[in-house]
Amino acid sequence: MAELLLIARLAGRRIAFPAADVEAVVELEGLTPAPRAAPHVAGLSALRSRVLTVIDGLAALEAGRTEGPAQDAIVVPSGGHTYALLVEEVEDVIEASAPPTPAKAPLGAGWDRVSLGMIEAEGELFLLVDPHQLIAGPAARAA
Amino acid sequence: MDELINDFIAETRDMAQALSGAIVAWEAAPEDRARLDEIFRFVHTVKGNSGFFDLPRLQQLSHAAEGALAEVREGKRPADRILVNAVLAVIDRIGELVQALESGQSLGSEDDEQLIAALSSEAAVPALQPEAAAAVETDNKKAVRSIRLSVDLLDRMMSGVSDAVLARNELARRLRDMPRDVAIEAAFDRVSQCIAEIRDAITRTRMQRIDSLFAGLPRLVRDLSADLGKQVRLQADGGDVEMDREMIEMIRDPLTHIVRNAIDHGIEAPEAREEAGKPRLGTLKVSARQAGNQIIIEVADDGRGIDGDALVRKARAVGLLTAEQADKLSAGQKQALVFSPGLSTAGEVTAISGRGVGMDVVRANIERIGGVVDIDSRLGHGVRLCIRVPLTLTIIPALTISAAGQVFAIPRSAIEEILRVGSEAVRFDKVGEAQVATVRGRRMPMIALCDLLGVEQVVSDSERRIILVKPAGGECYALGVASVHDHEELVVKPAAPAVMSAGLYAGTTLADDGRPILLLDPSGMAKCAGVNFNEAEIERHLAVKAEREEVLAAESTLLLFRTLDGRRRAVPVGLVERIEDVPVSAIGFSAGKLRLALDGRIMPLCGCDAAPDAEKLRILRLTDGDTEVAYGFAEVIDIRSLVLDLQSAPAPGEVAGAFLVDGAPVELLDPHWLFSLHADAGSDRATQPVCALPEGDSWVDVMLRPMIEGLGYRIARAGELADILIALEDQEVPQDVNVVRLRSAVEGQGSVYRYDRAALIGALAAAKGRKHG
Repeated sequence: MAELLLIARLAGRRIAFPAADVEAVVELEGLTPAPRAAPHVAGLSALRSRVLTVIDGLAALEAGRTEGPAQDAIVVPSGGHTYALLVEEVEDVIEASAPPTPAKAPLGAGWDRVSLGMIEAEGELFLLVDPHQLIAGPAARAA
Repeated sequence: MDELINDFIAETRDMAQALSGAIVAWEAAPEDRARLDEIFRFVHTVKGNSGFFDLPRLQQLSHAAEGALAEVREGKRPADRILVNAVLAVIDRIGELVQALESGQSLGSEDDEQLIAALSSEAAVPALQPEAAAAVETDNKKAVRSIRLSVDLLDRMMSGVSDAVLARNELARRLRDMPRDVAIEAAFDRVSQCIAEIRDAITRTRMQRIDSLFAGLPRLVRDLSADLGKQVRLQADGGDVEMDREMIEMIRDPLTHIVRNAIDHGIEAPEAREEAGKPRLGTLKVSARQAGNQIIIEVADDGRGIDGDALVRKARAVGLLTAEQADKLSAGQKQALVFSPGLSTAGEVTAISGRGVGMDVVRANIERIGGVVDIDSRLGHGVRLCIRVPLTLTIIPALTISAAGQVFAIPRSAIEEILRVGSEAVRFDKVGEAQVATVRGRRMPMIALCDLLGVEQVVSDSERRIILVKPAGGECYALGVASVHDHEELVVKPAAPAVMSAGLYAGTTLADDGRPILLLDPSGMAKCAGVNFNEAEIERHLAVKAEREEVLAAESTLLLFRTLDGRRRAVPVGLVERIEDVPVSAIGFSAGKLRLALDGRIMPLCGCDAAPDAEKLRILRLTDGDTEVAYGFAEVIDIRSLVLDLQSAPAPGEVAGAFLVDGAPVELLDPHWLFSLHADAGSDRATQPVCALPEGDSWVDVMLRPMIEGLGYRIARAGELADILIALEDQEVPQDVNVVRLRSAVEGQGSVYRYDRAALIGALAAAKGRKHG
């Protein structure tokens, strides 16, 4: 079966997440700040009595910070914790038409680290993004 | 089959553990038929099971033990010491075999015959020798333990119930928003009640009687006192107290270690006890009790106690304490030194306690589960150790507070007292970069939570509350918060690594309304704010402050200047000796610091990280009367006299804090910090001792000179008068000069062997003393 992709918009770019990594798409209700946490942590939120650590997708790419009211977030369990990854918009779930291929050109600041390659779906080419790398944040690059 | 074997392993292990107490009791009273029966039943069961699972070695051992015990039961032989030891050895071996079975290892079988032979009525005593070694080894292997019900499963049940509680709260909120319906409300109440009951029950499944922790002690005490030739009576009390299963496992090793220490180092040999006027039989009391949400476990012995002064001497010897610090310690603090790494009062390392695991590890282990260890001792009368641990690991009683408009929780176990700002009992002082609170004469560091979190303070000072926080094993400090809300029992879960990296949090939890709350970590906060200093140190800071207050008097005259990177900074005019332009070529990076050569002297240069890219650098020459420090800057802004309203910097550093001048912030340099960091012996010629060296000797130039300079001496120029003269053997020296003479032979009189570094340092110091005297 072809891989399912979740198409979302982040930093103005349409990207694909492997749908298998994504537990749900939610609209966050309320955000509790976590002062002095890593810079890409936007705060905490709750989903059905579970604490979600909210990751600012923009900050994780070191492309600024997400401002304004709560937006769409994709819920990703990673390393025993549950994260909500803030994106600008979640569009759709579609089927990939071919396995991902490595990106041939440099993708630009921040993206290289989170990219899993390029993937084709419904005639379009998307950047396949590893949500776990986004969650790890910029600090992970040094490691 | 596998499952059956696992059951057999777990069962045998539990039984062996439960039995060890019975064996010791049986040894004390061999005629006690009930104990004998108990032990007999154990070996009998093992024999039967090992036959079923086809485990011949276990079967042989248990069969031999059963045979010997059967003879005792029939009155054919007495339960003497030899027999008891032999039975114990066999039971130990059974335990080892079971363990090996579990971990899939193999265990040498060569001793089995010997153990079995030892059981026979004609056994010779020497055959028992391997037994002691075997007993000690089993101790080491106790680390691999499990309980029959996996803790994971319990955790899942627990989190399931907490989820149910939160879902119930959510439902309650929704119901409140709807028109009232009595039938629904009644049904809802029932659900609520059920959930509460389930939560209670599940909390209890995690609980275990502390008995299981105490069960191994009689055997431990027996073996140890036999090994050490001491007589010890164990009194265990409070075994029916219940605590978290996981917690019991976490305490087991620290407790074993404490008991071991008490018998090895605390309780004296019978003769020594008699001399001290105590009964020959030492007493070791182990007790447990529950107090609120804490379990208190006390271990008390009536041995020789802890010699606080001996600990201080030891700490001085290894450089843990300075003489000044040592003088200020209270008796309790001296005793608490026993928890410092690398300190032990035992004159000699023994096989029992001297395994490189110290009381510091005990304390660290207990603190890791949020507990506290206190020690109390009277020299000659014994030691009482008190372990206090929370009842469970997952539900934490906490206080909710708010700061900067956000709610946080603090573990209640760390809270000593809550005070209102402005009450008579509290006073605040600024000590340079730090704030100090004085609560009824007790001084402690003060942390404002909003500063610590790096967020704006939204309430005025008068509305603030002060919480006295005492982290486990740390010093008390005052935490300033906006307000205090409520005591709550919180189900705490670990936070994500990216959040934990702040170092401030212990976990996350959900409030009744479903919002996440961060649980603050009391010792993490202290660490982040850099307040690990104790009262003695605060006193010292205050003394420094008093000196500096003369400089920073109520109205200070300050030089305002712009730094090389464009910041506005200020420095008290009194500290500025002069302002000068120096050529950049005079700046060099040497010995790890940026230094400036000026007027034939070298002084540390700060204010920049490297020589600036220009021809000249403008510097402030700052002096404290003795030492000079150069501070590079761009331009002078102004000189102002003003009353300082200083906002302290969060951490000690180059800047003491910030204040406003004409509405714009200016940073005040912390001259004390600058001087303490940059001043070194090499920077000041006037007070530096001068040492003259023989000339024209290559050994002197290559070997001796760098070492003497390293000690802080300046080498005299030709013809210069020196404080000390170092001379070689045949060198003639003028009269009235302090001479340290070196010789090249190892043995000799009236001189120092040239490679005896310590003697040379001593001789130099002595010579310097003569000069000043």
